[in-house]
Amino acid sequence: MTNMNLRKFLSENKIVALLIVVGLIWALFGYLTYNADTGVSGFLTARNFSNLLRQMAITGILAAAMVFVIVAGEIDLSVGSLLGLLGGIAAILDVVYGWPLAGTISFVLLAGAALGLMNGWLTAYLGIPSFIVTLGGQLAFRGAVLGLTGGITIAPVSPSLRYIGQGYLPGWFGNGCAIALFLLLAFMAFRTRRKRLQHSLRVPTPVMEVMKLVGIGVLILGFVLVLNSYQGIPVPVLVLLFVLGIFTIIAKGTVFGRYIYAVGSNAEATRLSGVNTNLVKMVVFGLMGLMAALAGLTTTARLAAGTPSAGFGGELDAIASCFIGGTSMRGGVGSVIGALVGALIMASLDNGMSMLGVDTFWQQIIKGIILVIAVYLDIISSGVKRL
Amino acid sequence: MSEFLLEMKNISKSFSGVKALDGIHLKVRRGECVGLCGENGAGKSTLMKVLSAVYPYGSWEGEILWEGRELKASSIRETEKAGIAIIHQELMMVPHLSVAENIFLGSEISNRGFLDYDAMNARAQDLLAKLNVHDINPALPALNYSGGKQQLIEIAKALNKDAKLLILDEPTSALTATEIRTLLDLIKNLKAEGLACVYISHKLEEVAEISDTVTVIRDGTHIGTRPIGELTTAGIVTMMVGREMKNLYPKEDHAIGGVVLEARNVSCWDVTNPERKVVDDVSFQIRKGEILGIAGLVGAGRTELVSTLFGAYPGSHRGSVHLDGREITIRSPRDAVKAGICMVPEDRKRSGILPIIGVGHNMTISVLNRFAAFGLIDEHEELAQIQAEILRLKIKTADPMLPIASLSGGNQQKAVLSKMMLPDPRILILDEPTRGVDVGAKYEIYKLIFALAKAGVAVLMVSSELTEVLGISDRVLVIGEGRLRGDFVNDNLTQEHVLAAALGQTTQMA
Repeated sequence: MTNMNLRKFLSENKIVALLIVVGLIWALFGYLTYNADTGVSGFLTARNFSNLLRQMAITGILAAAMVFVIVAGEIDLSVGSLLGLLGGIAAILDVVYGWPLAGTISFVLLAGAALGLMNGWLTAYLGIPSFIVTLGGQLAFRGAVLGLTGGITIAPVSPSLRYIGQGYLPGWFGNGCAIALFLLLAFMAFRTRRKRLQHSLRVPTPVMEVMKLVGIGVLILGFVLVLNSYQGIPVPVLVLLFVLGIFTIIAKGTVFGRYIYAVGSNAEATRLSGVNTNLVKMVVFGLMGLMAALAGLTTTARLAAGTPSAGFGGELDAIASCFIGGTSMRGGVGSVIGALVGALIMASLDNGMSMLGVDTFWQQIIKGIILVIAVYLDIISSGVKRL
Repeated sequence: MSEFLLEMKNISKSFSGVKALDGIHLKVRRGECVGLCGENGAGKSTLMKVLSAVYPYGSWEGEILWEGRELKASSIRETEKAGIAIIHQELMMVPHLSVAENIFLGSEISNRGFLDYDAMNARAQDLLAKLNVHDINPALPALNYSGGKQQLIEIAKALNKDAKLLILDEPTSALTATEIRTLLDLIKNLKAEGLACVYISHKLEEVAEISDTVTVIRDGTHIGTRPIGELTTAGIVTMMVGREMKNLYPKEDHAIGGVVLEARNVSCWDVTNPERKVVDDVSFQIRKGEILGIAGLVGAGRTELVSTLFGAYPGSHRGSVHLDGREITIRSPRDAVKAGICMVPEDRKRSGILPIIGVGHNMTISVLNRFAAFGLIDEHEELAQIQAEILRLKIKTADPMLPIASLSGGNQQKAVLSKMMLPDPRILILDEPTRGVDVGAKYEIYKLIFALAKAGVAVLMVSSELTEVLGISDRVLVIGEGRLRGDFVNDNLTQEHVLAAALGQTTQMA
């Protein structure tokens, strides 16, 4: 019976199950990289933690928007190439034309949203399957970046642009953010509880609720303290956290978010309910384009250069993160936080295996196997076949 | 040899502690047809799943005797081999395979691993001929044939497997009247040849016509088994609901006002066959507070007509819609809802519910902006509305956030109704609002319809159940082969009248 209860708890709190997986992976790499002479494990250092998060930021930004695309019942295979194209444009504007940072950022974001909306328009209004539209986009955008850059690396980008990808926030700022975030979450939990009680709905016991808040508090505190003990919160990680917050609010609290899940659950019924389902889908692709732009800017800033191969395969990492994080292939189900933890799992594997000097080919094989196993575990834990 | 082909004794089955079946008996003689009746959720399907070993031996209690010997089947293959064939409510045809390929699916005639199409086609032809069906070409894809014909193909498939007992689960819910006739006659013939059958249906007239005995179950318990001669359809209903249903239609007086909506010269063309007209120049008016029934046979173009008014018809169409005397353009369901026209669609599963979304969120999807400021939903306000609706419509759900697919058909339908009532429509179109809904929920849906009419809403109801159309409508439109064949005030109107008009036998307009 306790086994059943545990299973039920994990299937209702997928995020906890995923975090346990993260913990296991970290423990494993921590053990494997332990150096008996220094008494330190190479994987479990503040410096590596900071690097790890920075590595996952780009995939995470893409995955956050990819969740919406998949929940709406579509797919976007073009984001890796789109990231490359927009990152390349950012580099050209910055290096060749010397645009001010604000101008570069606004132009790239607008271009990303516009190209995303174009994908969405072709899919929703012209009825071309998104798989085909974005497969075409994958080829075309990659071709465009090769043409624009002439196939060469464009460097060096200005220091202000570099800050977006390489900078750190001062410690006091990180602490302030952490406290504000915790207070906000505590307030929201309290408000939700009060409202659910008002409507005599099921609520977790107060002990559970407090434990949950304490758990979140410890996570946030640990997170900030560890990062501050190195150099502070990396700018891309802060950007990712903002994206996480905004996308979670869109998913859970807005009319638009509700429509995304409704379209994914049953598009025909949603349309017959008077919802403009085509517009919903188009805007979802627009958001995806916007996030590809953000990821492109971050990539160029991090590499301090625009390279024609930037973002190659990025769409697959983002899609894999969503599926590891519990998004359903059939649409209608998925969470932003889940996808980000999925991205964290992928980044941890990359980082840990590189540190151990595992050959790249083995890294790919192992990541592939982990993806399949993760989705299988999710299927058996929820007791429902997703396909 | 035993007197009975099948004896199910004292069958009980529980799902995680909840008893779905509790001591059911069912006996079938050779050549006998047993009608199995009960409300939705009474346990009919569960009983048939026990019989066909969808729930294998050991997962239920009791005893099944098949030709006098105990049957301990662990899979459908075994029960099929024994001679038990089920024909499901939803047809299990593979549309792009040929009729013969469908009939022999899983038991193909082959020669050294290669399919012997000639043998299969010939044998399919023989089987269909046995059923007195001569207008089906076994070599053509199954999708070429209508629901009724596909039903016959399913029966041919069962005969091919030497079925001794045929279980028909709501076989006529998607058939036209002529197709129903053919099917019922066919079952009678098969009975005469010694085939036994269990006939599950909500359509009691059909049950009464072909059954020899009727078994009624309610809430998983055995209510009674009686020869059909001792029963009337009203008697069966009483057994099913456990109380006297004197008045199936809770008629309430409601005032009828001026014309709200007028449709002029509406024509629609088939989506897949754009040459064919499915609605041909239909015009009508509907008044404030009026319940207008649309009767006609399945396939007459009724759904096409009303979905055109709602802006949901995918094919090409023509005609104009006038609201309060002014012409309006409706290009999408969104336009319609904005103009005050709402529609509860025919196929609940396909186009009514958002299955994995909560019941409450299903109900508010059309009016979310009402609870939102700058796109952010005020959950508090939304929940208040949801709970009020759940109380008002008596929707049975443990939690308003439970996925709607986990509710019974009647409760799902009530939630879909609520969704389309929340926008406060002036015209509400209901396409088969009580299909697949049990008697109790039906009664409540009728009450809602009358309450709406009383509040001044014009209700346009398409229904294939004539008794229902006559039971609640103020006026009845009859559509036949896409044309308006009658517009009757529902005053001493009889089923014969309506049916005759639908078949084009009369042309008078009342």
